[in-house]
Amino acid sequence: MTISPGAWTEEQVEVGGTELLLRKAGTGEPLLVLHGEMGHSGWLRFHQALAQNYTLYLPCHPGFGGSDRLDWIMNMRDLAGWYLTALDDLGIAPVKVLGFSMGGWLAAEMATMHPDQFQKLVLVGALGVKPPTGEIYDMFLSVAKDYLTTSVLDPVNTPEFQQLCPDDPSRDQVESWEMAREEACRLGWRPYMYYPALPLLLQRLKRLSTLIVWGREDAVVPLSAGELYNRSIPGSSLVVLDKCGHQPQIEQPDHFAELIQEFLSG
Amino acid sequence: MFIGYFTERPYQDPKSGYFGATGSPIMDLTVSNETYDAVLGAELYNRYLDEKLYAEEMGFDGLMLNEHHGTPFCMGGAMNVEASILARMTHRAKIVLLGNILPIWDDPLWLVEQLAMIDMISRGRLVSGWVRGTGRESVAHNSPPTYNWERFQEAHEFIIKAWTTPGPFRWEGKHYQYRHVNPWVRPYQKPHPPIWLPGVVSRDSLMWAAEKRIPYIMLATEMEPTRQAFQLYHDTAAELGYKSGSQNLGYLWKVHVDETEELAEQTGRKYIQGPSNPFLAGNEGTVNPALVNLPGLTSRTRVLPTQAVATSARGGGGGVAGVLGRPYEQQIKDYTIICGTPKTVVPKIRHVLEYLRPGSIFFWDGDGAMTHDDAMRSLRLMGEEVIPAVREIAKELELPGPFEVDPATGEPMATTSAPAEVANPDSDAG
Repeated sequence: MTISPGAWTEEQVEVGGTELLLRKAGTGEPLLVLHGEMGHSGWLRFHQALAQNYTLYLPCHPGFGGSDRLDWIMNMRDLAGWYLTALDDLGIAPVKVLGFSMGGWLAAEMATMHPDQFQKLVLVGALGVKPPTGEIYDMFLSVAKDYLTTSVLDPVNTPEFQQLCPDDPSRDQVESWEMAREEACRLGWRPYMYYPALPLLLQRLKRLSTLIVWGREDAVVPLSAGELYNRSIPGSSLVVLDKCGHQPQIEQPDHFAELIQEFLSG
Repeated sequence: MFIGYFTERPYQDPKSGYFGATGSPIMDLTVSNETYDAVLGAELYNRYLDEKLYAEEMGFDGLMLNEHHGTPFCMGGAMNVEASILARMTHRAKIVLLGNILPIWDDPLWLVEQLAMIDMISRGRLVSGWVRGTGRESVAHNSPPTYNWERFQEAHEFIIKAWTTPGPFRWEGKHYQYRHVNPWVRPYQKPHPPIWLPGVVSRDSLMWAAEKRIPYIMLATEMEPTRQAFQLYHDTAAELGYKSGSQNLGYLWKVHVDETEELAEQTGRKYIQGPSNPFLAGNEGTVNPALVNLPGLTSRTRVLPTQAVATSARGGGGGVAGVLGRPYEQQIKDYTIICGTPKTVVPKIRHVLEYLRPGSIFFWDGDGAMTHDDAMRSLRLMGEEVIPAVREIAKELELPGPFEVDPATGEPMATTSAPAEVANPDSDAG
């Protein structure tokens, strides 16, 4: 079966006391996919691959454009706490979860609070820990397009980069970036995009099978952060992709999808 | 009419590489302080204070200070320090702070104490303005821009309460929490020093000023949108059921007076030289597009007519610098720079007063690459000829200032809001 672009459904679901924009696609057991700090990326090749075997749950986090902001959510742990309630209401836990960048941070925080709600955890270029060496690139000292360009090692030769960051973005696209940046700013302004205690709290994930995926040339979150995640989560494994930046899912989509499929089905 | 004097206190270093119309551009947060010359810095701080003292001598009602962070075009990174010195060394003029950048203070109790001390030492001459700051300020002090407006409002409420309510009390707010508020200094003026609000861009801020019935001062904005913004204030006041007037509105713009028209023109052009301040357009200053509007700093939809919507997601452009920045010739033409001898300057000031009808005005002078001599010549001529003439015009046009008519009520002010008018013999030492 092939899922074509735009084949997902889109609905507002009532969870955690609010309306959440939830996109769904594919068939099979649920896989929760958590978007990063620039918001939902649109339908990409890796979605298509994963949708063959999983029902992808692609929520738009509150405040990121499609779902209303919750005023009381002032940091990532607030958001993680809310999301656990949302998961209860969705009734899909324990679930496999795949989080990108800020979505990875969110997944990691949720897992520390309630590891039993997750079957498997995949973190891709995750924010959330202070890199032992290097620094997290400051998205707020860049304009949106520069940030996205920095996030990919070779934008020119990355076909899906245009989809993520068109040369001439539509008004809707710009507005969506704007909303995402605002909420990302609320969640991660200071300390910049990490929670100091997270590495220690991650000890709690000893029974949660975890894969950490990182681009060796990630210019947004240094690889040292991925190594720290790997050291902090008992029994986790780290896969480092060569010639790859912060967005393995579009930089090496096929390889990435295979890697994820293999881990999830293992 | 309340007449104030302002300069942004530029760091004028001809050796810096970014000085002068041909110097390399300053972009916010891209200029390292490694070249900072301490001797020059000391010289300039003292020069600008001296000019303020002379401005008081020349008859200005107010000495205005502002604050920016991490940039050579404004040396007032800790404006309250300058205000403290003026509190002690001046005798009559109001010390007008426009203003403290409320949202970047994590501990606004420091402001409660510092400002009350300035009010005490000056014996009730503090005008305490607030601003929200630009992206530069949020980044420099690492204050979350998305909470800028909430923090602004909460800090204001907290400070007013701390100034007016006997302590100790507790404050358990969203952004600020204190378990024991009882500062051992309370302001000289009762119930508290006047609060003014300067602005450029945000409709939220203007509406807030109108709701609080406090003077709103527009900073070097173009005339027509300024008039529209003033009208918005008046309309809001009418909706809220009170009559606003010139006492509620102020305008700051660039005015330089000189001995001859030639000298005035030559000196006026120095506005656009000096450190390449993007707010003094026509020079090489460059706005950092990412800082134009940090996420959530200013509402993207609730802006004043002076502002074109611009955001960092859109790639920047516009913003505060976009509002203020126009070429020299254009600014001369649209009256946002007035340069000349007293004879030619006064009719132009009259035009601005007729057009905008403010009750407070501030002459922005001595900026860019202007020297101490340039500033002092202008101050002398302002004192001798311009200020007296402007006072007459203001009377004729019926433009009372906020110390003549109460902005909150539209009624004539009581003679003093301070406990008592007392001589200040100690301050003669200055």
